[in-house]
Amino acid sequence: MSRVDVKKTYKLYIGGKFPRSESGRSYEVYAAPSGRSRSAAPKFLANAALGSRKDARDAVTAARAAQPGWASATAYNRGQVLYRVAEVMESRRPQLVQEVRDAEGLTPAAAESVVSQAIDRWVWYAGWSDKYVQVLGGLNPVAGPYFNISASEPTGVVAVLAPQESSLLGLVSVIAPVIVSGNAVVVVTSAERPLPAITLSECLATSDVPGGVVNIITGKAAEIAPWLASHRDVNAIDLAGAAGADGVDWGALEEASADNIKRVLRPAGDGADAVEPDWTQTPDLSRLTAFLETKTVWHPKGR
Amino acid sequence: MSKFEYAPAPESRAIVDLQTSYGLFINGEFVDGSGDAFKSISPATEEVLAEVSEASEADVDAAVKAARTAYTRVWSKMSGADRGKYLYRIARILQERAREFAVLESLDNGKPIKESRDVDIPLAAAHFFYNAGWADKLDFASLGPNPRPHGVVGQIIPWNFPMLMLAWKIAPALATGNTVVLKPAETTPLTALLFAEVCQQADLPPGVVNIVTGAGTTGQAIVDHTGIDKLAFTGSTGVGKMIARAIAGTRKKATLELGGKAANIVFDDAPIDQAVEGIVNGIFFNQGHVCCAGSRLLVQESIADEVDRRLKRRLETLRVGDPLDKNTDVGAINSRAQLDRIVALTDAGESEGAERWDNGCPLPDKGFWFRPTVFTGVTQTHRIAREEIFGPVLSVLTFRTPQEAVAKANNTPYGLSAGIWTEKGSRILWMADQLKAGVVWANTFNKFDPTSPFGGYKESGYGREGGRHGLEPYVKTGA
Repeated sequence: MSRVDVKKTYKLYIGGKFPRSESGRSYEVYAAPSGRSRSAAPKFLANAALGSRKDARDAVTAARAAQPGWASATAYNRGQVLYRVAEVMESRRPQLVQEVRDAEGLTPAAAESVVSQAIDRWVWYAGWSDKYVQVLGGLNPVAGPYFNISASEPTGVVAVLAPQESSLLGLVSVIAPVIVSGNAVVVVTSAERPLPAITLSECLATSDVPGGVVNIITGKAAEIAPWLASHRDVNAIDLAGAAGADGVDWGALEEASADNIKRVLRPAGDGADAVEPDWTQTPDLSRLTAFLETKTVWHPKGR
Repeated sequence: MSKFEYAPAPESRAIVDLQTSYGLFINGEFVDGSGDAFKSISPATEEVLAEVSEASEADVDAAVKAARTAYTRVWSKMSGADRGKYLYRIARILQERAREFAVLESLDNGKPIKESRDVDIPLAAAHFFYNAGWADKLDFASLGPNPRPHGVVGQIIPWNFPMLMLAWKIAPALATGNTVVLKPAETTPLTALLFAEVCQQADLPPGVVNIVTGAGTTGQAIVDHTGIDKLAFTGSTGVGKMIARAIAGTRKKATLELGGKAANIVFDDAPIDQAVEGIVNGIFFNQGHVCCAGSRLLVQESIADEVDRRLKRRLETLRVGDPLDKNTDVGAINSRAQLDRIVALTDAGESEGAERWDNGCPLPDKGFWFRPTVFTGVTQTHRIAREEIFGPVLSVLTFRTPQEAVAKANNTPYGLSAGIWTEKGSRILWMADQLKAGVVWANTFNKFDPTSPFGGYKESGYGREGGRHGLEPYVKTGA
């Protein structure tokens, strides 16, 4: 007789802890149809926590508390922490592959490839931690006896709507560029494919990423995103996950973001359309620079 | 002993050839606007300087179309080297006509001639010279792969540094290959219209620069126009938020350079005389009409009395009056509306319990004037410590520890600039790291340079102007 296995409870990730939604709500998550199972009844995967407005606010509080410490860690240290995430993901590869297969309906080979790229993306961004400041800033040759230097700093707390389709590679592609510079992040996951995000949060929790630097809320962007967009203690918002999200009007979110002049990274696409980009493309620096501030410091020279 | 009095030393107005009325500059020509004309006055005398056309929605549309045609047919096809040469020409003409621009700027704006002559106009020319050199080197600017222009850029600038803000906007836009529709502020349109003549003298292709004068409705027409690909705005945080809302859900880009409430922080080991000069420069430069003005003085408690005494003694020597007098330190408030706002906020300062002092200097009978004013005993909740006054008014607060200074300095939704005065190098660097501000001046204040990025954190806006960073908002990159 086969053993009865122990199923995992998928919860939120806020402030380094794994709470249920304060609302007490959950929702059923099903596997994406694939191959031979396409015609069969959808496979039940888990009851995910259905995150609420209050969960989002708690997450912002946790992110704000964690952000200064993370930003003041050395760039070398942040790079090692991001690299450590890749190490831990590698050690959980079979689990991640299975979850991506279930979430996205991929073949085993395609899921392997997605997980590999997600791990490699952490490595790519880890390497940037102590380099982008040099690439983006430097001494300015002002016309006068002054030392004048510009350097990048993190913008603060960033809200991210994670992609709806790409449950792991897309997710990593939006989180890593935000936190590598010392920002803290509040992520709203894919509504229908939230489970790989929670497993990723378990990787983060065991990778020396300080609690509160990454906060992950499963649920519906249409419900949670407006509260993040209008939140006065959120400095920036990435609207990538508006593409394909039910009931999400990214223009309305951008409009609400103007209340405190949030930095807004619009979703890809033309006009009002939002499309999910191809996350397999090698990234450029744009997702990183979108959440940086340039600080310029002057000092006179003299004897 | 009696004071040495200064004899008047007025700069001659003769160099400026004012017309009685000005049209809009669209497609390389001056045309009549279809809106009502409005008057631009000298804030120092309330004399009408000229009548200026107000651009209607239709006029803005014509300007955008001219800019689009110039972009498509000429400017986007021109080599970077040639674009650069036009900018070099403009820089040179601005230098040649610098005195004329300086006098006109002081007439229309009210700022002292020594500032328009030594700061605004030379820096405006320098911005064109600096950006000219970038035009054929954008591939080397670390902007990302394949940098290219957005197309037509709408630019809206304020009245505090009319020509300098024009240069900050137009020079990088043109260097990166965009064409522009620019609206100067309604109280200071005249140097922008003189700049249109410079474009003609430089043989700049028609439509590359278009200048539409007017007030808020003209600005709104630019913001809302579907033919605009990118906006650049300098002005109040309130209007900045309106613009951010207006373009939400579109693909229009924006750079916003908004208000500030900068802390100028003086530690007990600071060189006091230099710090006092820095405090004065920080808040009384350009009548305090400076978004990055050091409007909150945070002084360490142990030296607060000494700084207060020396500061007030220094302020008693400031000369307030005729902007065209070469000895004038503080000129006229730019408009009646701005004067009213300053009066309202300073009244609130008094009624909320802060102690008011001004230097008691005589003021001219006509025009808009406000004495250099200092409030002591200011707390963080006072309106004069929280709201941008945009006038010659300093609010003084005290602190005991560096941590307290940082907490108070950052306790504002703004984040444009900050000042630090101390002889301790490690403290300067630590403070500079802690302050949430886009520009930090240590043992100096209010310094600007075309190579130096400028712009704010938080509600002071986004994007940077100046330097390599100032090119970024004007290009798109990638495949």
